Amino acid sequence: MSITLEPQQTAPSDSRAFGNARCLVCRECRAEQPLGPFYACPECFGPLEVGYDFPSISRHTIEAGPKNIWRYAELLPVRPDIASIPNTEPGCTRLLRADNLARELGMKALWVKDDSGNPTHSFKDRVVAVALAAARELGLNVLACPSTGNLANAVAAAAARAGIKSVVFIPHDLERPKVLASAVYGGTLIAVKGNYDDANKLASEIAGEEDDWAFVNVNVRPYYAEGSKTLGYEVAEQLGWRLPDQVVIPVASGSQLTKVDKGFAELGRLGLVEQTPYKIFGAQAEGCSPVATAFRERRDVIRPVKPDTIAKSLAIGNPADGPYVLDVCRRTGGAVEAVTDDEVRDGIQLLARSEGIFAETAGGVTVATLKKLVDCGHLDPDAETVVINTGDGLKTLDAVADRVGPAATIEPTYPAFVATGL
Amino acid sequence: MAVTVRVPTILRTYTGGESQVTAEGATLNELLDSLDASYPGIKGKIVDDQGELRRFVNVYVGNDDVRFLDGLDTPTADGTQVSVIPAVAGG
Repeated sequence: MSITLEPQQTAPSDSRAFGNARCLVCRECRAEQPLGPFYACPECFGPLEVGYDFPSISRHTIEAGPKNIWRYAELLPVRPDIASIPNTEPGCTRLLRADNLARELGMKALWVKDDSGNPTHSFKDRVVAVALAAARELGLNVLACPSTGNLANAVAAAAARAGIKSVVFIPHDLERPKVLASAVYGGTLIAVKGNYDDANKLASEIAGEEDDWAFVNVNVRPYYAEGSKTLGYEVAEQLGWRLPDQVVIPVASGSQLTKVDKGFAELGRLGLVEQTPYKIFGAQAEGCSPVATAFRERRDVIRPVKPDTIAKSLAIGNPADGPYVLDVCRRTGGAVEAVTDDEVRDGIQLLARSEGIFAETAGGVTVATLKKLVDCGHLDPDAETVVINTGDGLKTLDAVADRVGPAATIEPTYPAFVATGL
Repeated sequence: MAVTVRVPTILRTYTGGESQVTAEGATLNELLDSLDASYPGIKGKIVDDQGELRRFVNVYVGNDDVRFLDGLDTPTADGTQVSVIPAVAGG
């Protein structure tokens, strides 16, 4: 039996409101929906993603575009003039050749895609910018989210810049910098007495009742998730329009990893890069590693866990895109690995010490997982590898607070300096 | 006294648009049977042909995900609230 959806919102105001996007497609049963504020398939509950009819797109058009994600506007569900509408202008973060880190790990060619350089210091600005564009076209007036922190910062800032209301739900025990860096933008911040999964459940229930709210990662999630493709596009463009051999990506919900894969595939199909093989690796913290566990045990089903890790931005115990992460990593010949909290701290320090990049705990997870994958032989040290740092270490200072500090505290005199023996 | 069931938007076509309905049953499975008797077809959207919870649906008894409890055998005492929510997470 099939059921039809009552339209909840008016249709998009014009045919170019979502650019080259054509419909929403169920990732499970491939049933199609019109573009709208929908995120679950009415046939099978499967998640929806954006389907496109791409025209021919040239490297030149992209290269001539703005120095932010809107250079890829033709590949996103956004209107063609999106760059001219007030937004945080995320993207075009640096891709750094990491020779020092490569040497330490015994690798030949390693790059760090440093997404801490975004406006609110994490990759979340990318996805929120696309979600905001969708919310506007769908006539939704409030930008909202449940968040582990980085998304909270990004939503609050984007809403402030767009001049609309925001409501953000966070677990009550979040790191203080992430709380303050959300609240400062003046939206409504609500601390939920529970973990992320509790806040997410609450948000999903509210999303079903508040018709004019855009929960960026719930009811406009299909659009939101597309923003992560730009990480893949940028890596390829910055490498000189080619795909890397291997990529290591942190896994929370798993959406980013699957969208980098989608981005690489689209570039290949559109002839913007040569369709060379690549392997995608997922990184989790052991205290919240349901996807790594399923990968190791060769299962297709993700068993939810109660998170217990310092990597709070990855602490999603019931990752909705987990099954797709397994699919991507298995299909490409990659893997999903997990590291301990001490290895996460080691990873943060290793990246900072070797490359001058201060990553938040999620970046520590990724670097530590890179090291583990090299050590155990899953990752080829001779193949060109990109590791993604998704956020700024200033957000999670506590992770290294007990490990680093001044070498000495001295009087402001030269003899006192000499006495340190430095 | 019955159990309250919160219905997600995509299943409200079965419940005449109601976001909250009541059903009877000592376990989640019995509850879903009772729900299906009132709203034919709704159980099949939550449970697959093998009788397992569908991969992308989360069901909560009170505040607890039934995957942490006894799944479809989770007891549903009178007065508790059951929530059916499409699985989305990430942020």
